[in-house]
Amino acid sequence: MTQWRPPLSLIGAWLVLLALLALTVTLAYVPLGAGNAIVAMSIGTIKAGIVAAIFMELRHRSGLTLVFAGAGLFWLGILLWLGLMDFLTRT
Amino acid sequence: MSEMNYLTADYTLKSWFLTTDHKRIAILYFASLIFFFFIGGAAATAIRIELATPQADLVSSDIYNRLFTMHGIIMVWFFLIPSIPNTLGNFIVPLMIGARDLAFPRLNLLSWYIFMLGGCTTLFAIFAGGIDTGWTFYTPFSTLYSNSYVIVAAAGVFIAGFSSILTGLNFIVTIHRLRAPGLTWYRLPLFLWSLYATSVILVLATPVLAITLLLIATERFFGVGIFDPRIGGDPLLFQHLFWFYSHPAVYIMILPGMGVVNELISCYSRKQVFGYKFVAWASLAIAAVGFLVWGHHMFVSGQSLVASLVFSFMSFIVAVPSAIKVFNWTATLHKGSIHFDAPMLYALAFIGLFTIGGLTGLFLACLAFDVHATDTYFVVAHFHYIMVGGMVTAYFGGLHYWWPKITGRLYSEYWARTAAVLIFFGFNLTFFPQFILGAEGMPRRYHVYPPEFQLWNVLSSGGAVILAVAYLMPLFYLGYSAFFGRRAPANPWNAPGLEWQTSSPPPGFNFTTQPVVTRAPYQYNRDFQAEPQNA
Amino acid sequence: MPESSAFAPQYASIPHRDHTAELGMWVFIATEVLLFGGLILAYLVYRHAFPQGFAEASRHTEIVIGTANTAVLLTSSFLVAWAVEIFSPDTARITTWLLMGAACLGLAFIALKGVEYSREYGEHLVPGIDFQFAGPRGNSIQLFFIFYFVATAVHALHMLIGIGLLIALAMICRKAPTTRHHTALHSAALYWHFVDVVWIFLFALIYLPGRSSS
Repeated sequence: MTQWRPPLSLIGAWLVLLALLALTVTLAYVPLGAGNAIVAMSIGTIKAGIVAAIFMELRHRSGLTLVFAGAGLFWLGILLWLGLMDFLTRT
Repeated sequence: MSEMNYLTADYTLKSWFLTTDHKRIAILYFASLIFFFFIGGAAATAIRIELATPQADLVSSDIYNRLFTMHGIIMVWFFLIPSIPNTLGNFIVPLMIGARDLAFPRLNLLSWYIFMLGGCTTLFAIFAGGIDTGWTFYTPFSTLYSNSYVIVAAAGVFIAGFSSILTGLNFIVTIHRLRAPGLTWYRLPLFLWSLYATSVILVLATPVLAITLLLIATERFFGVGIFDPRIGGDPLLFQHLFWFYSHPAVYIMILPGMGVVNELISCYSRKQVFGYKFVAWASLAIAAVGFLVWGHHMFVSGQSLVASLVFSFMSFIVAVPSAIKVFNWTATLHKGSIHFDAPMLYALAFIGLFTIGGLTGLFLACLAFDVHATDTYFVVAHFHYIMVGGMVTAYFGGLHYWWPKITGRLYSEYWARTAAVLIFFGFNLTFFPQFILGAEGMPRRYHVYPPEFQLWNVLSSGGAVILAVAYLMPLFYLGYSAFFGRRAPANPWNAPGLEWQTSSPPPGFNFTTQPVVTRAPYQYNRDFQAEPQNA
Repeated sequence: MPESSAFAPQYASIPHRDHTAELGMWVFIATEVLLFGGLILAYLVYRHAFPQGFAEASRHTEIVIGTANTAVLLTSSFLVAWAVEIFSPDTARITTWLLMGAACLGLAFIALKGVEYSREYGEHLVPGIDFQFAGPRGNSIQLFFIFYFVATAVHALHMLIGIGLLIALAMICRKAPTTRHHTALHSAALYWHFVDVVWIFLFALIYLPGRSSS
């Protein structure tokens, strides 16, 4: 018989993503001061990591693909770092 | 011609406009770029005529603004950025790595159509009335005050950006995946290292320009936007986003030229490039560090002092890999068997002119001096030494070097040398006086100036005449040779690169048998075929 | 799997072609990261300058629709990943349904987005068309909504392209799919997941700030 069921890893990833969504919305209403922004961005990063690792199959990839996937993020870091540097150090 | 090649395979228009052969697409780009080069050149001519006298005699200030904007936009986005990558690169990359085509041939053709769409859109903006913002589109002038075709021009540049991205993507993947057996990274000709570095910038910087132009167009269209100072928006944010692209874009415009010069220097001194690995990694270092220096365009804009200091420091750092290259080219010449053929004349001119352009760049990276020189002709002279003295010179050098491979014909060495020498003198006469004008304080982007600046301006305009004639010359002798020149052998310069192992011009899929590489590049022997004597 | 046409001449084999296509898609994604990166920088600069204005503006966004849309997109991504995983000629029908389901969820996202836009229009929160906001922070709130509309519109455009790709692939997969189609599906899936990732961050930046205070 043909295998048509989704692998457990995909189902697991999907459910965890939905759970994280519920968590981040809930935590947004808990007063944490500056912590709210950190929590929101951290959970967002974890969700993005799950999508990249499991849906986009990066956990099965090696070497070059990972470098290419990381390059965009690295250069995004440069843009945000040097771009914000000016605005954060204005007097 | 006895055997079929990519030119004789088919003669229909359809076979050209629907081709996926990288060589034919390169020819399409050649034709388009010549057209844009002369449009941009026409604007430059009008500028130099106006500046021959201190008064406004040819154009009004408004028209003058539109002229230098048109010159900048056309030359930057529709000539310099695609110049070497999309013509010589498109033609040579698969040949150099022993591949049958680029990784994504249809994407390559799409890239040309996108480029032409962007070019036509920009031309429409120019002929409908022009743009007066300068090629930099600075806000809030471009978004709130300029009374010209900013949205259309921005759309043209936006569209052309996607052509750049697709070309960069194609080169990166091709160089990674389609190298011939045995062609390891350290056996790659240095032209490929520099095109790889260029492609990295194309892919990672161009999207930021795209989104920035989109924000400009949105702001202009809706009358309110993210850079609008009336609601607390910061025009400096625009400058950061713009220069995040446009400074690395300067390296898009020089790295391929450096790559070509490697090939020329080693061929015409019959030697390996000195310090191969240093030159190779210097290309990537320039691409990477080039992303960290953009704020040196904003020293007097009001950005924070911390930012200015960091960007100034980084700008000095990026000079190091460029200097490594210049020293290595010079060392390559040492004890070489040097032949002063036309491509070599261009390569030597490149080294000298690029060095002057690079060193004056260091002046401008100094915070204190930059305050004096900002927006003067010193800056104009500096970047023309890099862009025209460097990139255009290398482009002509590469064009002559690979001309027999592209067309299967040999050009007239006599006329080629004459043109090369004329370009060198015409260029220096045009732009060296501008350093002096700038140091004396003449601001850029004005069509009138005090009479004491006239001497240097007349010299500059006179040089521009020589330069214009010299740039027109190849159109004639290369054009002539393409049809009536002596037939070229497969390897007229006795060079070891893979592109010389297939016939001239190459057949449809480049190689009849898959080449295998067993040794490092640039293994020249001293016997240089006597340079072709054209009747 | 049946191979309807041989791989293009610049490749040495089918795996060679597939790996090359995948790398090309990742390079394209790197480009896209920087495209949205410019917007993110603008957002961070203004959020740093006007923290209270951005918090107040965020409270005027429709968090219920935003959350529902996030769930819709995550589910759609899951269906596409599932389709990639089971792709074969024998599962053509299921694959087709999965892709059509993913595309429908994409359309649902767009529809909800439309509802959201129209509500914001009703509240006079659309800069450049109809923006009225009484209060001291009107200007920074306007900046927020400019970012909001540009970012979500650019994202929605990516969604529409993705929906088109999914529908086209669903149509192709109905009839004898080949390894070439698997490669195409794999590339389209990478793109679709990337659009999902962009939304995850836009969601955190647009809807979540300022919820715990007022």
